[in-house]
Amino acid sequence: MLARLGLEPGDEEFYAEQLSGILAHIDRLQQLDTDSIPPTAQVVEVANTLREDVPRPGLSQAEALANAPAAVDGFFRVPSIQEEA
Amino acid sequence: MTNLTELTIREAAKQLRLHSFSAAELVTAHIDQIEKLDRRVKAFLRFTPELWEKQAEEADARINNGDMGPLVGIPMAVKDVLCVRGVETTAGSQILRGFKPPYTGTAVSRLFDAGAVMLGVTNCDEFAMGSSTENSGYHPTHNPWDLDRVPGGSSGGSAAAVASGEAMIALGTDTGGSIRQPAALCGVVGMKPTYGRVSRYGLIAFASSLDQIGPFTRSVEDAAIVLEAMAGHDPLDATSSNRPNDVLRDLETGVKGMRLGVPREYYHVEGIEPAVKAAVDKAITSFRNAGAEIVDVTLPHTDYGLAAYYIIAPAECSSNLARFDGVRYGMSVDDAQNITEAYMRTRRKGFGTEVRRRVMLGTYALSSGYYDAYYLKAQKVRTLIKRDFDLAFEKCDAIISATSPTVAFPIGSKTQDPLSMYLCDVLTLGGNLAGLPGISVPCGMSEDLLPIGLQIMAPQWREDVALRVARAYEVASGVKAEVAPVV
Repeated sequence: MLARLGLEPGDEEFYAEQLSGILAHIDRLQQLDTDSIPPTAQVVEVANTLREDVPRPGLSQAEALANAPAAVDGFFRVPSIQEEA
Repeated sequence: MTNLTELTIREAAKQLRLHSFSAAELVTAHIDQIEKLDRRVKAFLRFTPELWEKQAEEADARINNGDMGPLVGIPMAVKDVLCVRGVETTAGSQILRGFKPPYTGTAVSRLFDAGAVMLGVTNCDEFAMGSSTENSGYHPTHNPWDLDRVPGGSSGGSAAAVASGEAMIALGTDTGGSIRQPAALCGVVGMKPTYGRVSRYGLIAFASSLDQIGPFTRSVEDAAIVLEAMAGHDPLDATSSNRPNDVLRDLETGVKGMRLGVPREYYHVEGIEPAVKAAVDKAITSFRNAGAEIVDVTLPHTDYGLAAYYIIAPAECSSNLARFDGVRYGMSVDDAQNITEAYMRTRRKGFGTEVRRRVMLGTYALSSGYYDAYYLKAQKVRTLIKRDFDLAFEKCDAIISATSPTVAFPIGSKTQDPLSMYLCDVLTLGGNLAGLPGISVPCGMSEDLLPIGLQIMAPQWREDVALRVARAYEVASGVKAEVAPVV
């Protein structure tokens, strides 16, 4: 549900079996004592690299909408986002 | 008569200046080769005649004006994860069918500036998730050395294009081995640079802390040439770096006096085929004869690498792939009653089995209650793996091993068992977790005439060392990448 994958009947059993095999392998990580080990999120030592704050041209509205499955009046068109009362 | 589809960049550049042939003729020779073979190899997803015609013409003009750039007029294939303005780019996925990027990524645009000529877009596993190119949302690619076998993956189309002479060079991406493993299985050179060496701007992200763009070529020197043209800081990728990258200067210096580490956990890795082991032994002897000192090193957390990788990479992918919702680009279902149903059905229809599996795994590993046990734990183990490499590199200048424990396997033989597919990357994914540069070079053939790859890894930012060792091996062994005789 969280990942919005749209599972269909039968999917759960199919994935549950495969994922439990993978999770069983992954469980070996619990053998390691990592209490005093810091986590690594990224491996090269760069910190807060900022680029010059200079405006540069972005996409035009037409370019931004060019790949949209549905667009109307310069907007992305989507189905209703609220249920009717 | 020179066979134009078997040349290296260096040879082609020389002949182009001698006017033995033009850039347009060089491109035509590759298109002919594609027409002859690609119905069977299926390396390409689509072709870009509007680009190759214009770029070949520009290349010939540059050559006639005395431009000595080595990449001017060189025919190139580009993996379907690298955005090229106006060229349909889909990451091997149905969900991006029809997507034409409004911009060109930095690595590709630097090669265009250097004069490379784009032939087309190559096949890959969907969102670069896989080790065989069988997870492509379009069709599998076939290994040019044996059409019943996989080319490896995820950049299998790029590797097969270079191995079959359909392209002189190709671009791939490597998140856990996706350049090096297909290079090994197709008998070509493939390099993953240090994380941050090449800008990822314009790369459709899989796992952002692991992804790197790199070249496929038929010689070590060619890999250095392509890498040099792509590398360097880009303001549009904050992780990209301008650290020195003088990869051509010492390329021919050899390995005399160098210390080459053989990690015992890699040497004795479970499932390594006897032919692969024998080829590595032979390579070790070549290095020793060339004056290198072979040292025994250890990477004690190797057994935990795959587990850590299969938390970190899916976690990052589940987050990166959230953007594919059928609203701004790609496919969409058109009759949904509400937005949630539209998301669900678009993603159901657009994503293949492996992508869904990894999104599930990643979402699970990041969910509250499991975050510490999985994601945080994996990040800590990543620290241990990086430390293993740091310690090993105190004892040696570069690390050598097989690239893949096996040669190319039959199409369909691993698709039912995801874990067996994941194990293809057991010798390469450590390099991604630690951000190291690594290269795979051909190191002989099995009895069945299937290519075997040798991996050379160096400390971060030392592509020059990895390439120098790879070049020394090419010289000492006399083994070089050959165009496969596709039958």
